[in-house]
Amino acid sequence: MAIVSLKALQKIYPNGFQAVHGADIEIADGEFIVLVGPSGCGKSTLLRMIAGLEEITSGDLIIGDKQVNDLDPADRDIAMVFQNYALYPHMTVYNNMAYGLRNRKNSKESIEKSVREAARLLNLEEHLDRRPSQLSGGQRQRVAMGRAIVREPALFLFDEPLSNLDAKLRNQMRIEIRKLQRQLGTTSVYVTHDQVEAMTMADRIVVLNGGNIEQIGTPDEIYHRPASVFVATFMGAPAMNLMEGKVATGGIEIDGIGLLKSDHKLDASSNVSVGVRPEKVKLTTKANGITQPFVHDFTEELGAARLVHGRLGDKPFVINLHQEDEVPTGDLYATISPDMLHLFDTATGKRLS
Amino acid sequence: MKRAAFSSPWMPVLLLLPQVSIIFVFFYWPAFEALESSFYLQDPFGFTGTFVGFENYLTLFQNSEYLRISIFTLVFTVSVTFFSLAFGLLFAVKADKVIRGASTYKTLLMWVYAVAPPVAGILGVSLFYQGHGLITQLFGFFGHEFVIGVNYYDTGFALIAVSIWKQVPINFIFFLSGLQSVPRSIREAAMIDNRSSSGRFWTITFPLLAPTAFFLLITNITYAMFDTFGVIDVMLRSEPGNNPMTLTYKVYVDGFRGGDLGGSSAQSVILMLLVLALTIFQFRLIERRIHYT
Amino acid sequence: MTVTDTFSTPPAVTAVKVKKRFRVKRETLIDHLILVLGALFMLFPVVLTFMTSSYDNLAFAKSGLQFGWSDQFFENYERAMFETSGFTGAIDGVSMLTNSLILGFGFAIGKIVISMMAAYAIVYFRFRFATLSFWIIFTTLLLPLEVRILPSYEVVQGLGLGNTYTGLIVPLIASATGTFFFRQFFRSVPEELVEAARIDGAGPVKFFIDILVPLSKTMIAALFIIMFVYGWNQYLWPTLITTDEGMFTLVRGIKNIIQSFTDSSSVPEFTVGFALTTITMLPPVLIVIFFQSWFVKGLTESDK
Repeated sequence: MAIVSLKALQKIYPNGFQAVHGADIEIADGEFIVLVGPSGCGKSTLLRMIAGLEEITSGDLIIGDKQVNDLDPADRDIAMVFQNYALYPHMTVYNNMAYGLRNRKNSKESIEKSVREAARLLNLEEHLDRRPSQLSGGQRQRVAMGRAIVREPALFLFDEPLSNLDAKLRNQMRIEIRKLQRQLGTTSVYVTHDQVEAMTMADRIVVLNGGNIEQIGTPDEIYHRPASVFVATFMGAPAMNLMEGKVATGGIEIDGIGLLKSDHKLDASSNVSVGVRPEKVKLTTKANGITQPFVHDFTEELGAARLVHGRLGDKPFVINLHQEDEVPTGDLYATISPDMLHLFDTATGKRLS
Repeated sequence: MKRAAFSSPWMPVLLLLPQVSIIFVFFYWPAFEALESSFYLQDPFGFTGTFVGFENYLTLFQNSEYLRISIFTLVFTVSVTFFSLAFGLLFAVKADKVIRGASTYKTLLMWVYAVAPPVAGILGVSLFYQGHGLITQLFGFFGHEFVIGVNYYDTGFALIAVSIWKQVPINFIFFLSGLQSVPRSIREAAMIDNRSSSGRFWTITFPLLAPTAFFLLITNITYAMFDTFGVIDVMLRSEPGNNPMTLTYKVYVDGFRGGDLGGSSAQSVILMLLVLALTIFQFRLIERRIHYT
Repeated sequence: MTVTDTFSTPPAVTAVKVKKRFRVKRETLIDHLILVLGALFMLFPVVLTFMTSSYDNLAFAKSGLQFGWSDQFFENYERAMFETSGFTGAIDGVSMLTNSLILGFGFAIGKIVISMMAAYAIVYFRFRFATLSFWIIFTTLLLPLEVRILPSYEVVQGLGLGNTYTGLIVPLIASATGTFFFRQFFRSVPEELVEAARIDGAGPVKFFIDILVPLSKTMIAALFIIMFVYGWNQYLWPTLITTDEGMFTLVRGIKNIIQSFTDSSSVPEFTVGFALTTITMLPPVLIVIFFQSWFVKGLTESDK
């Protein structure tokens, strides 16, 4: 239960590789922050710097009211859940949870009490005498959680904790982790490459790319107002349609397609990238001012929705239709409403407007 | 090294101290001494030494006996390596194939690993014993009077046979574990692609065993050259005379029996270079070719 | 396809089946034959020696190795174990067995402790001379003891360690096989374990004792077996360094003992020698057979 702040944190490896370029993040007390990005974006490095498993090259890391840059992991008042759980294979579930407390010289009774309490919370009471190898994937995951909980740390760190579970269990654990975190009110930093996890679990998301923070925002902000082309295309499935064009009066001129209507206030003839989320486009058979001719190639049925793959002019374009919306026959037009366009500077990739 | 390695300044020093000090005293120092004394001519009592440069080496290369021993070592090493690898592979392939009794066969074929080379030598002596050794009698049956310790070729044959016998188990163990680590899916794919089981073995299984085979090749060469000391010493009953022997045994004979420290050291250095060459060859080849993972 | 068609095929099908079954059977039979011959090839010399050790000396002197069982078994083994022999008469089977055990255990334990410590330093610590230490240690893999035997002998004699257990055991430890073995194993231990332990407040010593050593149990057992057998079976080094007969191990002494048996009396005492040979073989062989799976694991893991 603490405020955590990262101030201009940098990581440069001895071989000169810079994994993190000055990260600034303020984490509120009890907040659930998700670090998301493709592999190699520096999200795990950043988490490990917070944990103390990776040295901080420069900048400040403050947990609570202490600068902890040079503290040992054990002295930072944190707990961490690892991707492969990192349970001690030769210890029972009970001892796995108790090990950290014993090292802190807690009394036997208080250890017993905390472990039992955590086991109750995680439904592990019957398994306390088992070894990790005798448990299922989900149960191991719970033990790893339990090991973190018993410490009653100021900060939870999660390093892709669900990626070794199958899809069904992952959904279930996602909810459990979030519920537990709310219940305990412990500040948490959670690393994942899965955007669904990021969107569903986070109070705020930090999108990382190439060691830089692309955007920090609530899931809503990230989805509706992506700060860069990278965020726009990384978050959201299917990915946002993206086209290159030039600013013209009353819209954006796109090669081979024509004018997309937009009420922008941009300088004419500058280069922009235009993004449209597949789920914000409708299909009709009647052309009007905000439609573009659409050539239908094939459809992927997803049950609740259907993905219509085709082209605008010669550019591939995907439309995500709701289950009730059939693909009409005859000449097709994609309705792209002006307020659904995301405009980015082609050169910098940053959001315009 | 691990990502989250500990960084204590004195702890690793403390941990490494025993190993490193033993290595310095009992490895680097002697190795250096060997190199040094190979350039000196020493009197039999080891009190004085005269620097003679490469003379010890030159003497060796001009010595016809040293040449003869080198040739025997080559023949010995090649035969021991080839036959013990071949037997090991044959037994491993069969033991991997049979279902019934597999573990019994495995035990029976590997336990000889635990027999010490000199003990193997004793067994050899009793089998090749002059007059009524079992194998001696077998040769007698075919009209050859086998006299170990007298006939150069008979003695050589006995040394090779015993050395092979002692080395089969380790090759068997490694080949078998190599075979058992060939993924099932690859075997099944091969079964679909190739009807003949021997064809499958030579085109699929054997190439996959190549890393193991190569590792064993080096191990066996090292064994034949160095670890057979016990076999040879016992079977020659410490009476080298004109009998066949390996270069390693010669180092011992000259150094400890003949008191020729300089010559023996020069031989040691030659062997060191040989091993070094072998090791470099090993690393080179491993890097370049045989690697599947 | 008609009903009659289906009925007309069976004879052919069964013929193929029968033929195939026969072929498979013959192939399996050949496999077993080869394996049985191989097993006999490995067993035969040892079994004959063992059997002959139950005969009296005359039997061997007359007709060599015996296939059968006689009544001298206990007498021969008793003499092998308790009759003093050698030039000084200071040695019997029991004292050699003791020395062998000291060498086997001392070598195996020493090697494991020392190499585990070194491997721990190399894998789990960041320090200045890490690469240098690595190379210093692993160069020793290049040169077997046999190559540098003479100078090693001189160094050990010079240190006054001739005819001591230290001089016998410690120089044998001066190679990196064990360190290499543990290094490979430690590297295969998941990274996150040490990270979790550090977060749990374990320092280097605690991590080693609480986590790494218990995790390495199987590996320790495997290496112990290999090293025990290796130490027990040492011949060249003990031959040089122990000249005092009271220090002889079984493997080192057996040649001399057999020689003294065969030289001393009118009828060479071969069968007593064979009894001693059997005693020499027995402990390592039993260990390898009983702890087979550990032993094989240790042997084959070390090459990866």
